[in-house]
Amino acid sequence: MTEPAVSAAPPLLVVNNIEVVYDEVILVLRGVSLEVPQGSIVTLLGPNGAGKSTTLKAISGLLRSEDGRVTRGSISYHGDEIANSEPEKIVRRGIFQVMEGRRIIEDMTVIENLRLGAYTRRTRNLTDDMDQVFSYFPRLKERTGMAGYLSGGEQQMLAIGRALMARPKMILLDEPSMGLSPLLVQEVFEIIRTINREQGITMLLVEQNANMALRCADYGYIMESGKIVMDGTREELLNNEDIKQFYLGGGGERRAFKNLKSYKRRKRWL
Amino acid sequence: MNSSLLGQLLINGLIIGTLYGVVAMCFVLIYKSTKVVNFAQGEFLLIGAWTCWWLLVRFELPFWAGFPLTLCFMVVFGIALQVLVLRPMIGEPIISVIMVTIGLSMFFQSLMGWMFGGFPRPYPQAFSTESIDVFGLQVQTPYVMSMVISLVIMAAFYYFFRFSKAGLAMRATAFNQQVAQSLGISVKNVFAGAWAISAVVSALAGIVIGMVNGVSSALSFFGIKVFPAVILGGLDSIVGAVVGGLIIGVLENLAEFVDGQYLHIGNLYSVAPFYALVIILMIRPYGLFGTKDIERI
Ligand SMILES: Nc1ncnc2c1ncn2[C@@H]1O[C@H](COP(=O)(O)OP(=O)(O)OP(=O)(O)O)[C@@H](O)[C@H]1O
Ligand SMILES: [Mg+2]
Repeated sequence: MTEPAVSAAPPLLVVNNIEVVYDEVILVLRGVSLEVPQGSIVTLLGPNGAGKSTTLKAISGLLRSEDGRVTRGSISYHGDEIANSEPEKIVRRGIFQVMEGRRIIEDMTVIENLRLGAYTRRTRNLTDDMDQVFSYFPRLKERTGMAGYLSGGEQQMLAIGRALMARPKMILLDEPSMGLSPLLVQEVFEIIRTINREQGITMLLVEQNANMALRCADYGYIMESGKIVMDGTREELLNNEDIKQFYLGGGGERRAFKNLKSYKRRKRWL
Repeated sequence: MNSSLLGQLLINGLIIGTLYGVVAMCFVLIYKSTKVVNFAQGEFLLIGAWTCWWLLVRFELPFWAGFPLTLCFMVVFGIALQVLVLRPMIGEPIISVIMVTIGLSMFFQSLMGWMFGGFPRPYPQAFSTESIDVFGLQVQTPYVMSMVISLVIMAAFYYFFRFSKAGLAMRATAFNQQVAQSLGISVKNVFAGAWAISAVVSALAGIVIGMVNGVSSALSFFGIKVFPAVILGGLDSIVGAVVGGLIIGVLENLAEFVDGQYLHIGNLYSVAPFYALVIILMIRPYGLFGTKDIERI
């Protein structure tokens, strides 16, 4: 999986055998490797606490503010090493993370949230970008109050819309289905695919809802307690007996309603 | 009852209240975006006013040169203070950070006392007329200027936080630092920016007051008066800071009126805001506009 591809172009993102440690002592990732080819949707599945969010935060640099560090291995993006870079530099390079639990700015309007999505861009005129976001999520256009009053589904749409405003090359999506009704989950996943096809934005999608995620993705990785335990194309994984039993066996949707965790974080940026 | 005196005092209260409001906004700006309770807010006024005085009197610079120079100095000063003193404190317990700002306050007070002495020094006359007639009341020209400047600053704050990219970034940082980072905002720059704005606007207030009363260590006492204003409005509300400032300004002057006319205690003027503070803390510990669950100190 990590040997260099000879024929095709090298993948956009290559995570090579990384180890992540929180608070200098808690080892959470124990050698994770994965590849995300340009223009694809890759999904990362696994149970609670497997280290999926940690993997995304290692890529986006957001680990730093939780006192986490990549202590071994490498993360290369467009061939450049980005492990332990500052998050603002990584956003400027075109990787945008939509964090678990949506994390929209509740005391701002939809428009203000969208404007902040474009924070790293120089363009002053954002009306075209906003119109595009509203074409994907028409119902956001009618919401004029504070974003904190939006429904869960609308907040997820805003979080994805905000990511689009940055015109990223790659979006890291952390559990977009969390807390949404099955119907809304379907809608959100359809839009994710549409965005991927129309904009050519590469996606790394973390999910508990294996069923939906695999149907939407080109390739998948299964992660358990800090390690990748299996990987394969959509068809391989959908037809795998173990996967069918543990991940696709009906429980998927219920598991997605898990509670939000909140860690006590020590702030660090230096 | 002496109604023209009352009117005069109310006008004074409003004018001084808007200044309190401006300084309170600066305090809230730092608290909201960096979560630091800045006990050295009053010293920003002091340092700004002395720097300007120094440039105008010692170097005999004209006002139009000395004034902007002072503001530039304060921007650099605010950034330097954040980068050199407060940035290394990130992640430390809140009480340590408070001790540091109290230490800074005492340090700058003594430094200014040592450099410029303890006596009030007047600014050179900046306006040709001493006072203007406002609806039949005599108001000192610098007071009118102060009112105008304060209102312009408030409008600028409003514009900044509603429409400018930097202002939105500051609000995002105040909401949640990790979310701000995920949008590509440099939290470090936002912190430095908040201190710079706070320092420069406070200095502006210090210069305005210096023009009326002369520059003296009393200016840092002005900074202390800002606490009742801020706590009245809510530690984390910019609008609250303005309203709190106005209320404290008017309250002070009403206290002086009641005291002078009826009670004859003598110093009700300077303690009234603190009585108000105690009462507010008992009734609404999070202030008129503050968020309920914020940290008390
Ligand atoms: N900031 C942190 N400090 C210390 N430990 C952490 C921190 N964040 C996560 N962990 C630990 O790392 C492990 C992996 O967490 P992570 O959030 O990456 O899991 P996840 O796969 O995203 O789970 P979920 O599906 O519940 O979101 C967990 O055991 C968690 O307790
Ligand atoms: Mg997670």
